[in-house]
Amino acid sequence: MSGRVEGRFGEFGGSYVPETLMAPLAELTLMYGRIRNDAGFQEEVRGRLREYAGRPTPLTYARRLSATLGGVRIYLKREDLAHTGAHKINNTIGQALLAMRMGKRRLIAETGAGQHGVATATAAACLGMECAVYMGERDMERQALNVFRMKLLGAEVIPVGSGSRTLKDAINAAMRDWVGRVDTTHYVLGSVLGPHPYPTMVRDFQRVIGEEARGQILAAEGRMPEAVIACVGGGSNAIGIFSGFLDDARVAMTGVEAGGEGIDSGRHAARFAPGWGSPGVLHGTYTYLLQDDDGQIRETHSVSAGLDYPAVGPEHADLFARGRVRYVSVTDDEAIEAFQMLSRTEGIIPALESAHAIAYACKRAPAMPSGSVVIVNVSGRGDKDVETMRGAVQSSKCKVPGAEAEIVGGA
Amino acid sequence: MKALRDSDRAGFIPYLTAGDPSIEWTEEYIRILAEAGADVVEIGVPFSDPVADGPVNQRSSERALRNGVTLRAVLDLVARVRSGGCVIPIVLFTYYNPLLRTGVATFARRASHAGADGALVLDLPVEEADAYRAAMRESRLDTVFLAAPTSTPERLQAIDQRSTAFVYYVSRLGVTGMRDQLPVSLGVEIRRLRSHVSNPIAVGFGISTADQAAAVAVDADAVVMGSVLVRFIEEYDPAEAGRRIGELAQETVRKLKQARRPRAQEAV
Repeated sequence: MSGRVEGRFGEFGGSYVPETLMAPLAELTLMYGRIRNDAGFQEEVRGRLREYAGRPTPLTYARRLSATLGGVRIYLKREDLAHTGAHKINNTIGQALLAMRMGKRRLIAETGAGQHGVATATAAACLGMECAVYMGERDMERQALNVFRMKLLGAEVIPVGSGSRTLKDAINAAMRDWVGRVDTTHYVLGSVLGPHPYPTMVRDFQRVIGEEARGQILAAEGRMPEAVIACVGGGSNAIGIFSGFLDDARVAMTGVEAGGEGIDSGRHAARFAPGWGSPGVLHGTYTYLLQDDDGQIRETHSVSAGLDYPAVGPEHADLFARGRVRYVSVTDDEAIEAFQMLSRTEGIIPALESAHAIAYACKRAPAMPSGSVVIVNVSGRGDKDVETMRGAVQSSKCKVPGAEAEIVGGA
Repeated sequence: MKALRDSDRAGFIPYLTAGDPSIEWTEEYIRILAEAGADVVEIGVPFSDPVADGPVNQRSSERALRNGVTLRAVLDLVARVRSGGCVIPIVLFTYYNPLLRTGVATFARRASHAGADGALVLDLPVEEADAYRAAMRESRLDTVFLAAPTSTPERLQAIDQRSTAFVYYVSRLGVTGMRDQLPVSLGVEIRRLRSHVSNPIAVGFGISTADQAAAVAVDADAVVMGSVLVRFIEEYDPAEAGRRIGELAQETVRKLKQARRPRAQEAV
């Protein structure tokens, strides 16, 4: 009992929760440890992902985008084609099946952009479980379509009106629900966040993205890529794809955070931006946070609800500290331009979250040697963001024609 | 906080968030509570993300933060209470991040210097608390840890060993806040706890009337009352809230005196 809780990534991670949650977390850790090595369970997850969620997702060579950017060969990992339109389903299917094994029939979840809420509601419907999703009121306004989708799937959507009314407050509310109903309820945390075992467990369920991408790029190019790029909110899609390449020291990896209105404006969610983030504890884990001098959590801003979060998964904090992954940010405007660019050059409408990764690839590509191979994780599709984009276009935040030229120039 | 063990009645531990509605009023309320016979006060350090708190305390924390009250201001408050001559034991009730940001050793030194007696860190389980406990010990401050209905016997022992003033038993699963009824099995649970815990046992989360407090006091060494007091602050002007806080505190202390003696002595 004197030893620290397992689940550390370097100095980051751990389990900082009220005593009430320690027993349920211990139970979850025990059960997860069992099913992790249970061939039957793993086959069940793989089977569901194959027959229900549409895995494997393709790795698409982005011909026209690559041509626009010069000599770099850009591949897109198409998580937007997974059932429900994002990578989130990989994790919710896994956790829902685990909850069934634990005899829990009620799932709760937090959601920011709504993708994780939809994926949890979907897994619950598919397996005949009860589902409640906590969502910040501000996110409900900007992601109204996903709110309706969750209701169609039979989930209850519970508005959260406290604090900044976004993802972090939804997590607070979900944790409170869980504390009160641990005997019947499993909390399906949606990213590589929170207390042990969540960062490890969610990473393991998302690892499939990287495993597939590795095999696919070998088949397509016969070699490892020069770079892998993914957006980082909590960081589950990024950890998922990175995990397929972390052991190859020559593969450069970049996590793209939300630069919001620009780092200097202070209105962003860039936890690794120099001078902004620092280590601390939020939502049960020790990691990089946006906080003030008194240890109060700062409000964040991003056009993308899924990246609008003040902490980051502890494994990312460790990858940052070790210098294994580089973390950068792109602004709202750059993401909006990339959103349009991918739509028009490839016929793929990405989620605004994923558009951050695309935007960085577009900035970076011209500086890379010709023939370089880059994989960008398209973590989700952009249908949910069409309203936001219409607003952005109308407020002429972005120039509709000619956006390509802007980006090629390294905007 | 020796009184909790030695008194012939169960202790009364009220909770207030520092800075709601203002630092000056919190100072006044502490005096009112001390005069009413409270044995310890718990002073909440406002935090932006209070995951263990129900709606009443969340709103209280938000009001205090809007007043600019954070850890520094709370420690200044404690110093002011002491310089005003009030000696009631004060336990800081806080989340971990403000401590971590300050540095646990710096926090402990400043808290001790201000005149606080101890702290309870809501989201710091015993496994992660080694550095914090060392710092608190160094500054001669008490450490209080939470125990829950879901805590295993091994965990209860670890919690007991690491608690130096009392163990705070969460009377039911869930967040802070008032309940119409307390769990019927509460007495049984407290007696179960007693077999693993040698510290005095304070029971809280959901106790909102003097009668509930008296019922809990049959088995517990102390009762904590929080949200109901915070609710007065939310609903009434500061002076009226103070009057009601004082009345409820007096009534609770009176009922605790009439309650059957806690079983602490015989069991310990």
